[in-house]
Amino acid sequence: MALELKIYRGEVQPDWCPGCGDFGVLNALQRALAELKLDPKDVLIVSGIGCSSNLPGFTSCYGFHGIHGRAIPVATGAKLANPELTVICTVGDGDCYGIGMGHFIHVMRRNIDITVIVMNNQIYGLTTGQASPTSLKGHKTKSTPYGVVDEPINPIALAIAGGATYVARGFSGDPIHLAKLIKDGITHKGFALVDVFSPCVTFNRLNTYDWFRQRIYKLEDTGHDPRSFEQAIKKAYEFGPKIPIGLFYVTERPTYEENFSDIYKGIPLVKHPFPSKEEIEKILEEFY
Amino acid sequence: MKDKITVRFAGAAGDGIETVAEIMVKLCIRSGLHVYAYRGYQSVIRGGHVWSQIRISNNRIYSFGDFFDILVTLNKDGILYDVPYMSANGYIIHDPSVKFKYEDVGKPYYDISVPLIEFAKKFSRLPIVQNTVALGAVVYLLGLSFEYLKNVILDIFKDKGDEVINMNLNAALAGYDYVKEVYKDIPRSFQLNPDPNKRKFAMSGNQALAFGAYSAGCKFYAAYPMTPVSPILHWFAEHSKKCGIIVVQPEDEIAVINMAIGAAHAGVRAMVATSGGGFSLMSESVSMAGMIEVPIVIVEGQRGAPSTGLPTKTEQGDLRQVLGAGQGSYPKIVLAPRSVEEAFYTAIEAFNLAEKYQVPVIILTDLYLNESIVSLEKLNLDIKIDRGWLVNEGEIKDYKRYMITETGVSPRALPGQREYNYTAASDEHDEKGHLISDVLAGLPSMLKIRNAMMEKRMKKEKYILQEFPPPKLYGDEEADITIVCWGSTSGAVREAIEELKKEGIKANALEIKYIHPFQAEEVKNILIKAKRLLLVENNYSAFMGGLIAEHTGIIIKDKLLRYDGEPITPLQIVYKVKEILNN
Repeated sequence: MALELKIYRGEVQPDWCPGCGDFGVLNALQRALAELKLDPKDVLIVSGIGCSSNLPGFTSCYGFHGIHGRAIPVATGAKLANPELTVICTVGDGDCYGIGMGHFIHVMRRNIDITVIVMNNQIYGLTTGQASPTSLKGHKTKSTPYGVVDEPINPIALAIAGGATYVARGFSGDPIHLAKLIKDGITHKGFALVDVFSPCVTFNRLNTYDWFRQRIYKLEDTGHDPRSFEQAIKKAYEFGPKIPIGLFYVTERPTYEENFSDIYKGIPLVKHPFPSKEEIEKILEEFY
Repeated sequence: MKDKITVRFAGAAGDGIETVAEIMVKLCIRSGLHVYAYRGYQSVIRGGHVWSQIRISNNRIYSFGDFFDILVTLNKDGILYDVPYMSANGYIIHDPSVKFKYEDVGKPYYDISVPLIEFAKKFSRLPIVQNTVALGAVVYLLGLSFEYLKNVILDIFKDKGDEVINMNLNAALAGYDYVKEVYKDIPRSFQLNPDPNKRKFAMSGNQALAFGAYSAGCKFYAAYPMTPVSPILHWFAEHSKKCGIIVVQPEDEIAVINMAIGAAHAGVRAMVATSGGGFSLMSESVSMAGMIEVPIVIVEGQRGAPSTGLPTKTEQGDLRQVLGAGQGSYPKIVLAPRSVEEAFYTAIEAFNLAEKYQVPVIILTDLYLNESIVSLEKLNLDIKIDRGWLVNEGEIKDYKRYMITETGVSPRALPGQREYNYTAASDEHDEKGHLISDVLAGLPSMLKIRNAMMEKRMKKEKYILQEFPPPKLYGDEEADITIVCWGSTSGAVREAIEELKKEGIKANALEIKYIHPFQAEEVKNILIKAKRLLLVENNYSAFMGGLIAEHTGIIIKDKLLRYDGEPITPLQIVYKVKEILNN
């Protein structure tokens, strides 16, 4: 099947460094959208700030390139206003797991039907190479010349424990595999996290393509049961000589939007009429 | 005979003072009387000392006044803490167990001892019922028929069953009859003329803002709990299903504002409310809303600051914070409604301006306005909606979201429309929304684009300014003194002007509502003609005085500034005016 990827291409060429992992993510996202035959006009891609967050502008979808760490609440508001939109966040590890962590934890307990793709390069790239929340302990960066002293965030374990209903990890060096994870994340009803190893070829000389290729293996090749919470949590902590990618965990729970079905009455909020004078008069009666 | 009478209920938090005040307000407005209610409380849930005060009149009331006339106190604290604010020859209603001497009061008063506890015990095991007994006593003292109270009790407790209703009716009647019998000859210095055919409605500033927003078609409301604006959240939450509004209470104020911006970006009218501390957290996002041109309405209900400050007290200390919110130059609107009634209209105006100019609009209120409950006779419910330039399908070829136009306002498309994809960017961008911030930053052609985009956004303020009605003086054109104030203080100023008139002093007022963009020329033309000027503000730093000086070069030397947490009162202004004119 020849995919029509070019309809998802924007007018602006990506300005990422040659070899940047984010190219693979962009490619995988376009593939996923093409496989789902989604009209780019029905897709809203929300980002924050960082190298990865320039992604919306490189597509032909509607985009929202907001401020650092705040993509998730913007996406939440937009999805609630118009649930007919496919809402995707494309963010970085600093964006989502650092400054935006408060939103990340809370969005998962809500289970709103959005897909969050984290381009995790374990470094702050756009600010020229400081340690990030996912930098490994001991990693020497501009801000940690003697090595990172903090333990890294474990986003997969956090997401499983935090109530995410779809938790996956991909590798931008394998965009076909990643596209499948993103596609399934989009079709999943509820909150989906796709954490992506997306190497920074300029500022992260530790976690390179080769570094990942030597370690990663696919969960689906091992008989992993993504419906099992226990297996998922166990796999989430495997981060050493072997690092799993693929779908860790999937489950079903009512979505956040479903709580408001009495309000929507089957129609997106954005299409609701304004109150009539009679309706307003009726509310005024309450004040007598 | 006075045409206004003020009742204060005092007790500890948890004593049910709020409920009594609510019944009192209902009773008055359904009897056709006007009210202005306000309260004092602390950041405690049980204990402490709280009061709720209802000013009642046959005519419209503009402020909560200076002194009260009738004190209902459930404990000795009322004598210690409230009596200083009681007028001479006031009435103190208390249980015989609350003992005090004339010296404790220090001015003439009528002692109305009512066995509140004994009657309460007779009808209920709940000590809170002594409030209802006291209410009966107050209603008699006010010269109102028991029927009015009876009807309100029947209504307020209608869902609680006959037992609760009868218990409250009996308790109220006991208090009413006791005062009628024992204190029947007590002189009254006031005259209320109730007329149930002239029933009023009453709302708080918070309710007026919420109801106004609903009437303007607000469909999305997000908030993090914070005094004094939490009642807006409660109103929306309660009306969510009935009014078709999605209400969310996210993890923090940053999520609040960004959710609302997301909802507004997708095309619904969205509002948030917070106080000074929460607004500080929002400010980076307010700057973003200006940059990406998303219409959003933000209520900032000021309270005692700095920092956590006096969280249950009023202040006008955040003027500079809202003006300077966020980084850089971006167009915004700041409106300061001057009364509860105006808060309703301001909410509607804010949504129309936000969408017409695609900018953030801040409604700057304060705890005093947010929590004051005021009777009203009428609101104009013929709501005019202006959604600004929302493009239709097929309307424009070569769509540019940030197209440069005469007014700076560009065609706004909503995500999901077939023909107009674009990315809204918080980075500087060109007319199409493409970034000029990264690889292109600083290139010669980009310097021009940067300037053009900055000027495009900022020139909206020129047109916004033209839209504002010109400021008008309250009172006579000719006056010995012009009082300058903004927002909620205008109520006390108006009342002060009436008082001064009785004493032959002519005063008028410039009450500023449109704070940003600032009507520099108009304000200057008014101030320059004034014989004397007095600045009245509920803050330490005279922020409005500074703003006026910045825009007009006029420095107002005489100031009445209050920052102890209480609202400025009419008599304070009267005294200050006399002091100035006597010098």
